[in-house]
Amino acid sequence: MKVLRAREWAFPIAPVRREVRRATPEVDEGKPPVLFVPGFGHGAWVFAEHWLEHTADRGFPAYAVSLRGHGDSAKAPKATLRAYAHDVAQVAASLPRRAVIVGHGAGALVAAHALARYPARAAVLLSPVFGGAGTALRNPMLSLPALFGGGLRLPAGQLFSRELPTSASRGYAARLGRASTRAQWQLLRGRAPQPPVGDPPVLVVGSPDDRIVSDTALRRVARGYGGAPLLFPGMGHDLMLDTRWREPIDAILDWLEKSA
Amino acid sequence: MTYSAGYGDPESGGPATAWRDGWPVYDRSGTVCVIGAGPSGLTAMKNLKEQGFGVDCYERDTSVGGAWNWRHDRSPVYASTHLISSKPFSQFPDFPMPDSWPDYPKHSQVLEYLEHYADHFDLKPHIWFGTEVVKVEPAEGERWDVTTRSTGGYGGERIHRYAAVVIANGHNWSPKRPEYEGLEDFRGEVIHAAQFKDAAQLRNKKVLVIGAGNTGCDIAVEAAQQAARCWHSTRRGYWYTPKYTLGRPADQVNDLMLWLKLPLRARQFLAHRTLKSTVGDLTRFGLPQPDHKIYETHTIVNSQLIYYLGHGAVSPVPDVARFHRNSVELKGGEVIEPDLVVLATGYHPSFDFIDGNLLGVDAHGRPRLAMHAFPKRQPTLAVAGLLQPDSGLFPLVHWQMVAFARMLRVREAAPAKAVAVQRKLEAELDRRWITAKVKDSTRHWFEISHTTYLKAIQRLLDELSLEGAK
Repeated sequence: MKVLRAREWAFPIAPVRREVRRATPEVDEGKPPVLFVPGFGHGAWVFAEHWLEHTADRGFPAYAVSLRGHGDSAKAPKATLRAYAHDVAQVAASLPRRAVIVGHGAGALVAAHALARYPARAAVLLSPVFGGAGTALRNPMLSLPALFGGGLRLPAGQLFSRELPTSASRGYAARLGRASTRAQWQLLRGRAPQPPVGDPPVLVVGSPDDRIVSDTALRRVARGYGGAPLLFPGMGHDLMLDTRWREPIDAILDWLEKSA
Repeated sequence: MTYSAGYGDPESGGPATAWRDGWPVYDRSGTVCVIGAGPSGLTAMKNLKEQGFGVDCYERDTSVGGAWNWRHDRSPVYASTHLISSKPFSQFPDFPMPDSWPDYPKHSQVLEYLEHYADHFDLKPHIWFGTEVVKVEPAEGERWDVTTRSTGGYGGERIHRYAAVVIANGHNWSPKRPEYEGLEDFRGEVIHAAQFKDAAQLRNKKVLVIGAGNTGCDIAVEAAQQAARCWHSTRRGYWYTPKYTLGRPADQVNDLMLWLKLPLRARQFLAHRTLKSTVGDLTRFGLPQPDHKIYETHTIVNSQLIYYLGHGAVSPVPDVARFHRNSVELKGGEVIEPDLVVLATGYHPSFDFIDGNLLGVDAHGRPRLAMHAFPKRQPTLAVAGLLQPDSGLFPLVHWQMVAFARMLRVREAAPAKAVAVQRKLEAELDRRWITAKVKDSTRHWFEISHTTYLKAIQRLLDELSLEGAK
């Protein structure tokens, strides 16, 4: 745990307008709020599609934030990973109760950075992309443009399973944006996040058939948090948009009911 | 002896298991007692809870916030109080203040922040409001008997036994009043800054403000705008740091220099140059030349005082020599006739509920604590937030309490290690956590530099890491 943070204090993150989508249960059952963090290129809408309502139906107040430069949040072409993590910690700390943070893809890395700055009640890392050269080499066609300042290429075929109708997957892929060049570089560099504060339980969820995150990478992240990943074979990288979106979210909420 | 049922034990109302001087003692086993629900008490509770401890907090008032709650009778806050450290230094390191707030939030926002912190981490169910601590006494096995009663003294007293105690009763509520010759004969009004709440109190009066601390300067600025006349009496010349330098909050500039690892002398040189080129020569305003370098006294952060000196709305005067019936004589012989004197002369820490020897309190009322928090030979007792930092206080208390909670955990898991760490702490009992040589350091005995202090906390936390201990 790093106590002295002179650089962070000398250079605070600039405030921006953030898009936060929410779905709250009709009756407050005292369950912890769940904050969803979309990955690079994705906005809060990916969770608003199915998961937010479903989470609220099961009694958890559900929120999804668009990282700066994504979705309807303000543009931020020079954002860093730290700025993204700041967005997450800001929204989490604004919630009425201690929140659960659920990060997807590179958003799981952002969430992991946020966990070092906010004592979440629990955390879930979905198809986590923790970066580093390994991830880049596995997906050379995706990351090559990013090396030259372009966006990560995220074709529909890589993100969704074949079960999802082409029209839907094309529709989703068309709505994707991109993360800032600096943040992409930081992702490629893959520096490990600081350990989480407050010792939250962490669950890693993924699919062995994910075409972006390898099975080894998934297991490595899970091992880092002292566990094994929860697997949903046959699903694509974007678990929350796939045809069988109900299975992982139900498993996550079951886990939350037990451990948080 | 009868005891009203359900009023004895905070949770179970169970029977007493021990006796002290004929009174029943209710054992709270591993629970930790926190005295006060101000910022220090709240972060103590949150961090103890996080490490798995049960907590009971006693708060003499009926709401959280301590000094920052202007509703509290002991609150030193006045209507215009704003933070003097910017947000990154003023927030708990794991609970950011909202982005929508300004660089230097107002006291009501700080209170809102603390209330939100208490709700967010579900602390309020652990707080016994309207309950004051009368006595804290050691019990066997390094545990503590805490005697409490309703604030104001009505109702019976009750005693609970705790595994550890955190004293977080604050140090800005017991006014320090200097002695002046002839003060009792003075016919004008004399108030302490603690009684100053609103600028309306100054309106159309001739006001003398004594003291150049941050509060004194704030009140002088208020008086400049509201009063008929304002004299500001200071003992010596000071550096007045503006809230913004080089286009950003001044403390962020300072930490930029610290991050660049500039040595103290270089930072002093740069700060002097910056002030010289922006504020200029202070003697032009009638102020004495500072007799020390910057960073050698507690930082005064005030952009407006110099501004109002420049308007002639504040007259700087030297220290007070004595009071007369209708006037005040200053050192140097000048006589002025104020009708309101505001003593902005600070506060004493006060721990009237515990035997001073346990905290090593000396003849001047100063406790002797390792890192200003941990008393000698009392591993289960800590004082939270008794610091006067050159930055915001909240992050420092947070880390103090993380360290204390860990220390208690290590005592259970690896007692030998805990003893070793405690010994090491005690070896540095008199160490000061400052970089610059502080002027008049007996008065500023708990003045610290946030970097020096946090480095020491970092070391302590690393030593207390449980990995490899078992």
